[in-house]
Amino acid sequence: MSFLLSTLLIIPLVGVALLVLIPRENTGLLKWTAFVTTLINFAVSLPLYFNFRNTADYQFEEFAAWIPALNINYHIGIDGLSLFLVLLTTFLSAVAVLSSFSAISEQVKEYMALLLLLETAMLGVFVSLDLFLFYLFWEASLIPMALLIGRWGGKRRIYASVKFIIYTMAGSALMLVAALVVYIWGGTSDLPTLLNTLELPANLQFWLFFAFALAFSVKVPLFPLHTWLPAAHVEAPTAGSVILAGVLLKMGTYGFMRFAIPLFPAAVPAWTPLLTTLAIIGIIYGALVALAQDDAKKLVAYSSVAHMGFIVLGIFSGGQQGMSGAVVQMVNHGLSTGMLFFLVGVLYEQTHTRMFQDYGGIWLKVPVFGVFFIMAALSSVGLPGMNGFVGEFVILLGTFKVNWVAAAFGTFGIVLAAWYLLTAVRKLLFGPFNPANDSLRDMNGREILIAVSLVVLFFVIGLFPNLLFQKINPATAELVERTNTATLVVDAGK
Amino acid sequence: MPIDFPTLNVMALAPELVVIITAVVVMLFDMFVADKRVMGYVSLLGLAGAALVSLFLFGDAPAIQNMAVSDGYSLVLNLVFIVTAALSILVALGYLADRDIHYGEYYTLILFSTAGMMLMGAATDLIVVFLGLEIMSIGLYILAAFNRRQAASGEAGLKYFILGAFASAFFLYGVALLYGATGTTNLQAIGDWFTPERGNMGDPLALTGLGLLIIGFAFKVAAVPFQWWTPDVYHGAPTSVTAFMSVGAKAAGFAALIRILMISFGQVFTVDWQIAVAVLAVITMTGGNIAALAQKDVKRMLAYSSIAHAGYILVGVVPGTMAGVNGVLFYLMAYAFMNIGAFAVISVLEQREAIGTDLSSYAGLSKYKPFLALAMGLFMFSLTGIPPFVGFWGKLYVFRAAVEANMSWLAIVGMVNSAISAFYYLSVVVQMYMRTPDGDEILETDSPSAVINLPAPVTVALAVTVTATIILGVWPTPLVNLASFGLFG
Repeated sequence: MSFLLSTLLIIPLVGVALLVLIPRENTGLLKWTAFVTTLINFAVSLPLYFNFRNTADYQFEEFAAWIPALNINYHIGIDGLSLFLVLLTTFLSAVAVLSSFSAISEQVKEYMALLLLLETAMLGVFVSLDLFLFYLFWEASLIPMALLIGRWGGKRRIYASVKFIIYTMAGSALMLVAALVVYIWGGTSDLPTLLNTLELPANLQFWLFFAFALAFSVKVPLFPLHTWLPAAHVEAPTAGSVILAGVLLKMGTYGFMRFAIPLFPAAVPAWTPLLTTLAIIGIIYGALVALAQDDAKKLVAYSSVAHMGFIVLGIFSGGQQGMSGAVVQMVNHGLSTGMLFFLVGVLYEQTHTRMFQDYGGIWLKVPVFGVFFIMAALSSVGLPGMNGFVGEFVILLGTFKVNWVAAAFGTFGIVLAAWYLLTAVRKLLFGPFNPANDSLRDMNGREILIAVSLVVLFFVIGLFPNLLFQKINPATAELVERTNTATLVVDAGK
Repeated sequence: MPIDFPTLNVMALAPELVVIITAVVVMLFDMFVADKRVMGYVSLLGLAGAALVSLFLFGDAPAIQNMAVSDGYSLVLNLVFIVTAALSILVALGYLADRDIHYGEYYTLILFSTAGMMLMGAATDLIVVFLGLEIMSIGLYILAAFNRRQAASGEAGLKYFILGAFASAFFLYGVALLYGATGTTNLQAIGDWFTPERGNMGDPLALTGLGLLIIGFAFKVAAVPFQWWTPDVYHGAPTSVTAFMSVGAKAAGFAALIRILMISFGQVFTVDWQIAVAVLAVITMTGGNIAALAQKDVKRMLAYSSIAHAGYILVGVVPGTMAGVNGVLFYLMAYAFMNIGAFAVISVLEQREAIGTDLSSYAGLSKYKPFLALAMGLFMFSLTGIPPFVGFWGKLYVFRAAVEANMSWLAIVGMVNSAISAFYYLSVVVQMYMRTPDGDEILETDSPSAVINLPAPVTVALAVTVTATIILGVWPTPLVNLASFGLFG
């Protein structure tokens, strides 16, 4: 039994312990300790990819008795669904810490400690194979995020932070009860065991799916439960937005694929129409609202709503292509939107404004920034050759097979995405030069390092998508087979 | 003429006796010792002794004349009461000096109340339950009024006394009706009386007695609609007393209630009664949470929140199963740590010339008292039920019992209430972490850390409660195992 996954969970906590010991005046040492911790964690997570067998079973599993009296155990492991989300988390955490070096000057110790605690919580969500362990990490990620937004955020940070935490808690409230029902029906909270032995009546599955889906829909966020997102994203500090958009939103879609669909497959056909409709509404609505934004960060926030709609569309397309595309797109969205937030943050640090009207024509001053911004925008749009295209195209292929109307709307959504993102590019970079931005300096070495590492990944994924798909496909194939067998059983019973 | 002495198995009451002897010792030596804090330390020693005796008695279950028994249930509860008393004494050691209260009787009263609570947990006869109830309550009435210089404290004591007397009257009337119906006050005998063969299941006299008993207990544990005394009493009483009352009195009330319901009314406590108690639980949770939302004073807010927590514990009482009892015991232990910790922080900040208990004065606390703010933040999160703190496991445990008994709707209401409670618990966190301290005179001129001092005993109490909240939140197994010892029958 390898301890790689537990090591990944513990390294950030060790980092927190180190941070506690460092005096709070020594901000340089604090920042570098935090960054080195996340870098080490990323390095430790790389063997996960290279040693991953292209099969559908759980790998790097670890099992320890946690509360034997209640049969709740510390069971973690990854498969094709979670492998890349773990890598995304460790990578984006390092990016987030590095991007905060010059952005945060107050209470650096607490800030870095919270980022590291958040990393452990997020990793825990993706590797948990026990219902209550998953719920524990799921809720545990709320506190650091809420504190990050509320303490180091913008003007309406308290409103955004409280809305974020209350919304997510309320959404997850039913999930705990549903988890308890599953636990009592199945006698255990261990996911692999439940998948093999659980037999729930179809109408119970319907309501349990609803309870789980509610929690996940708030997180994704699915229209109309998305209203916490713009506030949280806009008010959060840059690193907070990067992590929130890059990783936290994926927890919702991951939850659908890991828990809701496999545990309650008989309910999936019943809920698919509604969820697909909401996904499409999210895509179109998110894009249209993004078009209307004057605030750059809010535009990216609404673009997140739109992009996550694509991912939900793929998940509920019912086919393997859609699901694999969804998993790949989860990674892509994390990288693209993470980069967009990072770049907006780079500008904001200097000018303290995110409004488009304060910019314009800055290409003259910051060409390097301009290049990276255009690349990030194109990646988000889905230009072939970059990562976004791979995910979106596969999702649309998978969706078209079952629901061509949905695919048509989705494609239209891509057109809209091109519209608002290129508009953003135009408003920021081109046009008449606003003299207020005369003292803008271009990106420094640290920022370029972050941007380059992200762009490299854009192209690697965009040109060699099979590097991801070969690991993901076995898991999604099994997920689809599970759903189809259950549907057959339900249909036969009618 | 030989006199037949009844065999009294004193060992069965050994823990209570240790506490009572310590109380008497404290009361006597209080006359000779000038520094009253010595009395506090002596009480702590006595409590430690009682805990040791309780651990010693595990597994034997000695009973005394069908009146009381020291089985696993009462011994686990003894530990709860002892920990509660010890932590609140630690808080008091720091708090009382600041309030200029130099009376050793404080510790005597705490110890007597604890003995009363322990007796309630051990009682197997309704009269003994009443005995324990009164011993506990009278001590608490006086303790609530202990701050003689504050009118609010006197008001608290008087309110508690009058309403508590009503509660005891309801309880006693219920006992009387039960005695009239069954001819006995022994719990097991009453349980045996309710048999279908004799056709007693629906006996109106006995069931009215049960109803009155439940009302009496509902008063004591502050369930809606019998909770009207709670906010004023908790707010007016000295904070260390509030800490003690909020956990101890509640735990004792639930201890006796559960034993009575499970042993005497096990057959009768079917769907109708379960629905009644479930409704009680729902309105208690909801009423407490909604009222707490409007509070601007932290102490009052915690008072209403403790009403809500009584509701959560009632959720564990409703199923009438051992799983429910397990859940209740676990929740009480978790609640002891969380709640007393929160009150400990409040007691430190309530010091004269410092902050007081107004919520807005907690603004920016994280800046100049980071550890205190961290501790308070942890307690707030734990009380909300956010993992990985011990409060989450408490809620999980009681809701599991409800779901297992096919009452998932109750668990849903409970979770919704947890989400509602997040509002006001988080408002404290928001104040401490997300607001900046205003230009208040105290905070501007002197450094606040010079004004707020953290007495050593309170530091110990905080260290214990914070450690328990985190460690038991990540690894609740020890507490789960302890709770499982506390099952009976």
